[in-house]
Amino acid sequence: MNGAFYALLSLGLAIIFGVLRVVNFAHGAVYMLGAFAAYLLLQQFGVGFWPALLLAPLGVAALGAVVERLLLRRLYGLDPLYGFLLTFGLALFIQDAMRLRFGIQGQPYPTPAELSASVSFGVVGYPVYRLFVIALAIAVCVATWYLIERTRLGMVVRAATERGELTRALGIDVDRWITAVFAFGIALAALAGVLAAPMRNVAPLMGSELIILTFAVVVIGGMGSIVGAVAAGFLIGVLASLGAVFNPAFENVIVFALMAVVLLVRPAGLFGSREAA
Amino acid sequence: MTRRDLALLALGIVVALALPRVLYSALALRILLWALFAVSVDLLLGYGGMLSFGHAAFWGGGGYAAALLAKTYQLPFPVAALGGIACAMALALPIGYLAIRRRGIYLAMVTLAFAQMLFYVVNEWRDVTGGENGVQGVPKILPGLSVGRTADFYYAALPLVLLGFFVAYRVVHSPFGHVLVSIRDNETRAQALGYPTQRYKLIAFVLSAGIAGLAGSLYAIGNSFASLDLLHWTTSGSAVLMTVLGGMGTLWGGAVGAAIVLLLEDSLSSVTEAPGVVTGAILIAIVLGFRRGLVPELLRVAEWLWSRGSRRTSDARAHQ
Repeated sequence: MNGAFYALLSLGLAIIFGVLRVVNFAHGAVYMLGAFAAYLLLQQFGVGFWPALLLAPLGVAALGAVVERLLLRRLYGLDPLYGFLLTFGLALFIQDAMRLRFGIQGQPYPTPAELSASVSFGVVGYPVYRLFVIALAIAVCVATWYLIERTRLGMVVRAATERGELTRALGIDVDRWITAVFAFGIALAALAGVLAAPMRNVAPLMGSELIILTFAVVVIGGMGSIVGAVAAGFLIGVLASLGAVFNPAFENVIVFALMAVVLLVRPAGLFGSREAA
Repeated sequence: MTRRDLALLALGIVVALALPRVLYSALALRILLWALFAVSVDLLLGYGGMLSFGHAAFWGGGGYAAALLAKTYQLPFPVAALGGIACAMALALPIGYLAIRRRGIYLAMVTLAFAQMLFYVVNEWRDVTGGENGVQGVPKILPGLSVGRTADFYYAALPLVLLGFFVAYRVVHSPFGHVLVSIRDNETRAQALGYPTQRYKLIAFVLSAGIAGLAGSLYAIGNSFASLDLLHWTTSGSAVLMTVLGGMGTLWGGAVGAAIVLLLEDSLSSVTEAPGVVTGAILIAIVLGFRRGLVPELLRVAEWLWSRGSRRTSDARAHQ
């Protein structure tokens, strides 16, 4: 179940890192903002789950585009550590700003009526909503992979990433594409947040631990590849859930233990490429 | 030691001695120990080029170990702190061994993740660590002296802290430290010169963890309390923030950064309950505006003023 969130988050992280060379520490905060956007849309404007599924990521992504233009842009070409530190500062800022405004308490968000049923597999029941989340996450991941690897648009983005100067020389506005890609990665995190809203309480600190688990997922999968990010995300989600069956305390520790093993055996990550080490 | 270093050292000791007279003693102790913590991060980041975003594991690991030792066996605090240091270094050995297999940004993520793992383990291991309640009622013991009051504890702990600073200083200015810097600047070249770079990095990692463990041990005992906050990733982040704010690769910078951040948080605590808004904004400003950190920037300004001043006097002399 968590695999769907890991996959969406680590996919966004991988895309952003691929193009901007920035490990976005604020990704967990963005996830939280996505959930809050859905919550506020419902509370303030009576906008339900389905429109929010589209509107919240769009809104948060617009915010992300502004941040990229104003802040991150100044750090390109520097050591990636500075981008990491900057987004860490952003994460602190966003989280505590939301905490000031909304308090530490979680807010409930209703499960959409269409999906509130539960299907039974023999003895165990499973909420339809969770199946929906998994299906949607897979669909989005596949669509993203297709977009980047198989379309002309993806080709432009990859060219802009790998040979920025040359692509610029061909008359393509690289800066605009970079902003667009960052916004897209942000939108994925915000989407994960909207999807999480009915399952978990909407709270300012909801993303603060998830981001670290996502980092572990990214280290396991290898930052270089999109397939790696998604596959590792789902794989770890499944493993962690299995571990939780034996002992709930294991759920998170398993992720880190797996990371330790991968570092020992394959430091570049399961799907890592040459540049990653 | 250059004359500038000696002057800074004298200034540092005077400040450290005067701190509890100027501020209330709990804040003074906090600044002193966070300063040592930040220095341990800088030892690794500024000289080894390794950004550990998981130093809370050693600060907190040392803190818990020392608190448990002091409480269970009623040990004098320097002995408990020794145990804390040992625990931090023992934790750093496997974590460091795995983490230095990656570099740069990945190392930051790996250390962060392992520190979080320790956080979960301590949280779950309730029988020993008290889970969310932490270890409470840790005694401050020193045979022959009463160090129960925070101000007294400050002066009792000061020699140990100064020793920690001294170790960091010695490491950085030793042949070992120079090799470390050469690895930071160009690892392949250092390898080609025959240095076992992985071993150097691991030793630096463990040493740095030991210093962080000392700071964390004294922190837990000084507050009579070891809590999960010690291990939280924002604790690691704060130490990095202080180091970057003060200036990487200066050692002094971390201490200055710690003082600034804690004074700011203290003065803001009456205004806002969410200090992250301010510290986050500071970090953003630092990364965008003063990447070299405050101490180097200030030194540069001072040198510039100095050179301008001396030029003016020499100009004046020329005119006469």
